[in-house]
Parts: sequence; structure tokens; C-alpha cells
Amino acid sequence: MKLINDDLTSIPKETTLHKVLIYLSIPMVLVALYLAFIYTPIEVKMGIVQKIFYFHVASAWVAFLAFFIVFVFSIMFLSKRKRIYDVIAGVSAEIGVVYTIIVLTTGPIWGRSAWNTWWSWEPRLTTTLILLFMYIAYIMIRNMDGAWEKKGRLASVFGIISFINVPIVFMSIRWWNSKLHPVVFGEGANETGGGLEPSMLFALIFTVITMTIVYVVFLQKGIYIERLKIQAERLKEKFQEKLAG
Amino acid sequence: MNNLFKAAFIIAGKDLYSEWKTKQVVTTMLIFSGLVIVTFSFAFDPSNNAVRAIIPGLIWVITIFASLLGLNRSFLSETKNDNLYGMIVSPTDPSSIYLGKVMANFIFVLIVQLISIPVLFILFNFRFLGHLPLFICVVLIGTFGFISVGTFLAGLSANSRSSEMLLPIILFPIVSPIIIAAVQATRILLVDVEQIASAISWMQLMGAYNVIFFVLCFILFEYVLEV
Repeated sequence: MKLINDDLTSIPKETTLHKVLIYLSIPMVLVALYLAFIYTPIEVKMGIVQKIFYFHVASAWVAFLAFFIVFVFSIMFLSKRKRIYDVIAGVSAEIGVVYTIIVLTTGPIWGRSAWNTWWSWEPRLTTTLILLFMYIAYIMIRNMDGAWEKKGRLASVFGIISFINVPIVFMSIRWWNSKLHPVVFGEGANETGGGLEPSMLFALIFTVITMTIVYVVFLQKGIYIERLKIQAERLKEKFQEKLAG
Repeated sequence: MNNLFKAAFIIAGKDLYSEWKTKQVVTTMLIFSGLVIVTFSFAFDPSNNAVRAIIPGLIWVITIFASLLGLNRSFLSETKNDNLYGMIVSPTDPSSIYLGKVMANFIFVLIVQLISIPVLFILFNFRFLGHLPLFICVVLIGTFGFISVGTFLAGLSANSRSSEMLLPIILFPIVSPIIIAAVQATRILLVDVEQIASAISWMQLMGAYNVIFFVLCFILFEYVLEV
């Protein structure tokens, strides 16, 4: 079986991999919720709000992963010019934007109780915000008028540029706002802030894996819908030809 | 290689010549930047001493918004009579079109800055005590970075029918590092000159950004112009 089915001429079917992932993701999400809300102890300083942490970090990871996928498939599209690569990049960008919005909404809720402020122009936060703007712009390019070849080409170019921009944005904001927060909460055990309790770390890793699987499910669903759209487009054209001829 | 630069100079020369004849873009940009200065003088009282701190930001706000007008025009004016297709089919590298357009836009914006920055200083009663050569350097590097990315994205958005709306939205997030760096470096050079070392490191950041994005845009431009 080929990893990516690039045949866009037939009506798509849901693959077994897709079904397996769906049935895998449902219990995993439930377990992740259990781990986050019941299994892990309540953090001493921040209290119950700290539970957001698991989903916040996991969403941030998935958002970055999604944008990395956009970058990879943009390059592949520019070199191979297969429509499926363009479809994957587009779907991945949309999911990435959704996850970035999750990060940017859970962040202030957490920050309000942890830092006592809704928003701070901290490097990671600000970079995420600019990331959101960049990929909204990416989606706007995709929704431009014109043929898909043109849109795919331009969007791929933009996808490459914006991904390369991310580290530069991060660095410049870090320099700009060098008055970092005094306490860095242990985002990942190697950061300062005392590290994480083992059960918390386990819950975090589990949530990250779960979110990644949910991302793959979304990606497959999105690609499936796009395939159906392309198919519907084709049928419509055929029908119009018939009417005209 | 020689051919590349020759074609670029021809394209830049053509743009500059047509601008010399019509004086459309630079005039509009100048009037617009004047209006921005006036608007800011309403928003922030120029007689207030604290306003000194926002002057560096103002320089870049003027530059960015004024150059947006020029960038929008630079490829849209070519779509008339399908000039752009003419350029694409001409026996030259697509990158030279980019290079030529960058040169022309850069010169337009420099002309605007040459007039609008002194006017800003005069109207806000700002006494220049900073480091002039370094200040000019920052303005040049920052503007070049902004224009090189801006020209590229203007070429990209010219493919759309609503390119005037698209360009600012796709441009601002990408140029945010250069805006941060340019504003910070300018602020240090104008307001607190003691920290000149960190201004230089901001300039290095801008330089790195410029190199990365100029090369990237230069390579990717042929994909933007494909028919």
C-alpha cells in the first residue's frame, strides 16, 4: 500500500488505517481526560487551573507539527506538482490554525491565574500569535480566486517562507522582550521551575501523543473531504459539458 | 550572471523612468506620509516631552504604510496590457525581474524617507543628538529588508484580484522581525545612545534576516511568476 494515495480521479474510500486511528483515538482521548483531571495531583501553587497545562502544551506541539507538515508538503508540491501534496498542506494548515487558536485561548486562562495577567508579550506567546497571523494569511492565499495550480503554487511559496520565518520571529522577540518571566514553569522536564512530578509528566506525554493521533485523524478526514470536493467539482464539469454538448 | 544584472537594471530603469515621467507613486507616498505625521500629531501631543520616545516607531510606521502604497502599485501596474507576461516570456531569468523591482521600490522608498523623516523631526520638534551614520545605516538595512520581502509578496499577491487587501495581511507577519529590530535599533540610536552595542546587534539580526529572505525570495520568485 502506498503511504499517500495520489489518485484523485476516483471516488475516495475510507481506508482501514483511518478507521483504526479513529477507534484508537476515542479511548485515548478519554484516558487523557482521566489522566489530566483525576489521575494527576492538583498543583500546589496554581491550583486546578494548572490542568489546562496538559492540553495547552499538547496543542502547541500539534500546531507546530501541523505547520511543519505544511512546510514539508509545500516543498514537495513545488518539486513534484502533485495535487495531493497541495491538499495535504492546506488541510494541515487549517488544523494548525485551529490548534494555535486553542493554544492562544487556553494560554491567557492559565496565565491569568499563574502570572496574574491575561497576556504578556513574552517570546513564546508573541511568536504563537504571529504564527497564527501567518497561517491565516496562508489560508487567505489558498482561498484566492483562480485555478488550483496557481493557488497551490503561491500558497506553497508562502508556506515555505513563513515556516522559515518562525525561528527568526522567535529570536527577535526574545531579544526585544528580554525581561523574561522570573518563574519558568516546567514546560517539559528539562526547563527550570523544578521539573515535573512523574505522574504529571506521564499525563503530559500521553496527552501529547493523543493530540498527535487526533491531529492525524483530522488530517485524514480533511484530505478525504477535499478529495470528495475535487470529485464533486469534476462531476459538475462533466455534467455541464453534457448540458452544453 | 551578467545578463541577470543587466536585465534587472533595465527593469529598474524602466520603472524609475516611468516614475520620473508620471511622478505618481512617490508623490502619493509623500502625501500619505505627511498625512500620517499630521494624524500622529493629533493622536500624540507633539509638545509633550514623552512623545520623543515614539519618534523611532513613527519613522517605521511611516515607512511601512507609505511603502505599502508603492508595493501594491509595482506589480499591479504591470498587469495592464499583460506587461508581466511580456516580462516572463522575455529571455531573462525571472529572478532579474525581482531584482529590478526591488531596486526600483527601494529607491522610491528612500526618496520618501529622505523627505519624510526630516519633516517628522521638524514637526515633532525633535533635536537629533544620536549617531547619524549608524542611523542612516539602520534605515537602509531595515528598508531593504522590508522592501525585499514586500516586493516578493507584492508579486505573489498580484496574482489575486483583491491584491490590495491581500498584501498587507500576508506582509506584516512575515516582516515582523525586521520591524521589531529596526524600531529597537532606531530607538537606541535616537533616544539612548549609550547602548550603542545592542543597536549593532539588532543590526546584525536585520542583516541576517535580509540575507536569508533576500536569497529565499530570489530563489522562489520564479515559482511566483509562473503562468
